[in-house]
Amino acid sequence: MGMLLEIKNLSTHFHTDFGVIKAVDRVDLSIDEGDTLGVVGESGCGKTVLALSIMRLIPSPPGKIVSGNVFFNGVDLLSLDSAEMRKIRGKDISMVFQEPMTSLNPVLRIGDQITEIIALHLGLGQKEAMARAMEMLSLVGMPSPGTAIRNYPHQMSGGMRQRVMIAMALCCGPKLMLADEPTTALDVTIQAQILELIGRLKHDIGTSVILITHDLGVIAEAAEHVAVMYTGQIVEYASVENLFATPLHPYTVGLMESIPKMDAPWGRDVHLKVIPGAVPSLDDLPKGCTFQDRCAHKMQICREEEPQLKEYMPKHRVHCWLYEK
Amino acid sequence: MTMILVDIQGIKKYYGARAELLAKEQASVKAVDGVSLQVYSGETLGLVGESGCGKSTLARLIMRLDLPTAGRIFFEGEDIFKLSGKDLKGYRRKVQIIFQDPYASLNPRRTAGSTIGEPLLINQMYDREGRALETARIMDIVGLTKEQKDRYPHEFSGGQRQRIGIARAIILKPQLIVADEPVSALDVSIQAQILNLLKELQKEFNLTYIFISHDLSVVRHVSDRIAVMHFGRIVELAENRELYEHPLHPYTVELLSAVPAPDPGRKKERVIREREIAGATNGQGKCPFHPRCPVRVEVCEKDEPELIDRGGGHFVACHGGA
Repeated sequence: MGMLLEIKNLSTHFHTDFGVIKAVDRVDLSIDEGDTLGVVGESGCGKTVLALSIMRLIPSPPGKIVSGNVFFNGVDLLSLDSAEMRKIRGKDISMVFQEPMTSLNPVLRIGDQITEIIALHLGLGQKEAMARAMEMLSLVGMPSPGTAIRNYPHQMSGGMRQRVMIAMALCCGPKLMLADEPTTALDVTIQAQILELIGRLKHDIGTSVILITHDLGVIAEAAEHVAVMYTGQIVEYASVENLFATPLHPYTVGLMESIPKMDAPWGRDVHLKVIPGAVPSLDDLPKGCTFQDRCAHKMQICREEEPQLKEYMPKHRVHCWLYEK
Repeated sequence: MTMILVDIQGIKKYYGARAELLAKEQASVKAVDGVSLQVYSGETLGLVGESGCGKSTLARLIMRLDLPTAGRIFFEGEDIFKLSGKDLKGYRRKVQIIFQDPYASLNPRRTAGSTIGEPLLINQMYDREGRALETARIMDIVGLTKEQKDRYPHEFSGGQRQRIGIARAIILKPQLIVADEPVSALDVSIQAQILNLLKELQKEFNLTYIFISHDLSVVRHVSDRIAVMHFGRIVELAENRELYEHPLHPYTVELLSAVPAPDPGRKKERVIREREIAGATNGQGKCPFHPRCPVRVEVCEKDEPELIDRGGGHFVACHGGA
């Protein structure tokens, strides 16, 4: 399968009163056609800014993509003018946001919101666009699409709204869908349905997915490859099997150990392993490795020099001095 | 661990119902619909359920932040809805709450020290110096430094703010702490720190917890017994291990199967069914779960199941053979 998206040395900075925030810092990443790439990290690690950078939706000022390339089917998205980008956005690359309530327009009917995109990108007339909208809504498992298109967002539950968001994201047959915490606001049983839906649609339509989440369980269920982000950088990249079987970066290991597991021993005195401290503030990062203050394996070199993201095992890259030979 | 601390008897809370006599009957939301439950001294009772199932309303009732439509709650044998004046103040000292959102539940214009120490001031405990000492002592216990007492909430991270909330909750040495989704708003690596802290505090101060969460793996980690709520009712109640190994209610089975396992090798068989439109306004006389229940029998449409002990303290409200 061919490479669909290739991100090279991408940096997105925000200029604030406190200085320059490197929200995305020299990221290299790629995704193949039909692949699901999970991006996992804690709040503030830059995963949403990464998605917005791909979509060219970084508010400027204060934000700015300061370096890098984002090749989509061989075309550098960062070199396009805004009219050209608008043709791609929503059509070839679409996005599903975390909060389905705030990302839908509250005063427009569901049908109008979906047909707007279809009419814009596919040039269909009102009737055909409406038919396509109905088709998409039944594809995402909306119980009665005929009623749904006449509804307003507030008349729907969270799970149904998220289905509408996914229908909108898929209505023009995109090659890539960016899903930013698509299930975080939902109940577990609804989350399971939405993840299953994304997996099924990916299979049927062949769309590649970048799935952004903080939840390692969601990653394990839905992703094929995983990038772990910390303070704006990719610290580990591997196939989902390799990442969970042999996590390399101390941060990835710490994350995995700190979540309570359903099959772990249980008892009053069972404590979770923790990563000490907190994520450092992006405007005050230490010199060298940014994870050093929370790391049990800290060495002299970690304080002095920044490690590089390097391949340690086949297709398993890690950003850590422990694995430098 | 057999002394009953909280005894909840048939508690109901309907919103939107007309209270007046002879008022026309109208649809009301049955947020909590007939919950009976005993909480033992020193235990952690986990309360799980999805959004809208009534778990936070139940917490508000136990805290006496809300009055019930029917039913009673006894704390150490006393009906909490009959308390007033000094007795009510005494109750509020013994029962504390930790909220979900440490960003919204702290006063942004108060320093950490003043928020943590305020309960002492309200209850006129110690003199000024004593309060400062006690505040510093509690801050140390929850993992804050005493230099941080003069800082404002915005200067703290999410995990530290939750530590402030916990410090404020334990400073009066309460017997019962209701923790309403205490780690849901926190990052994964911070969650573990707070869960460990809550366990340590329980041991040190012999606390009783009612631990509310939608996250079944978190509840499993902290609870001795677990109650599963659905549509304002408890559908299953059992010891921790028993519930996870032998779930009886089909809703519990569904919930457990929905939890994504952080293990890519084990894609589980799911038993999720489309769910009905939310809003528990349906009438009495049938099992609220029956429209999507895989094991329903005829009686489920005619009769609402009672929560019955199926042996060894494993309660379930289901007509099915299970």
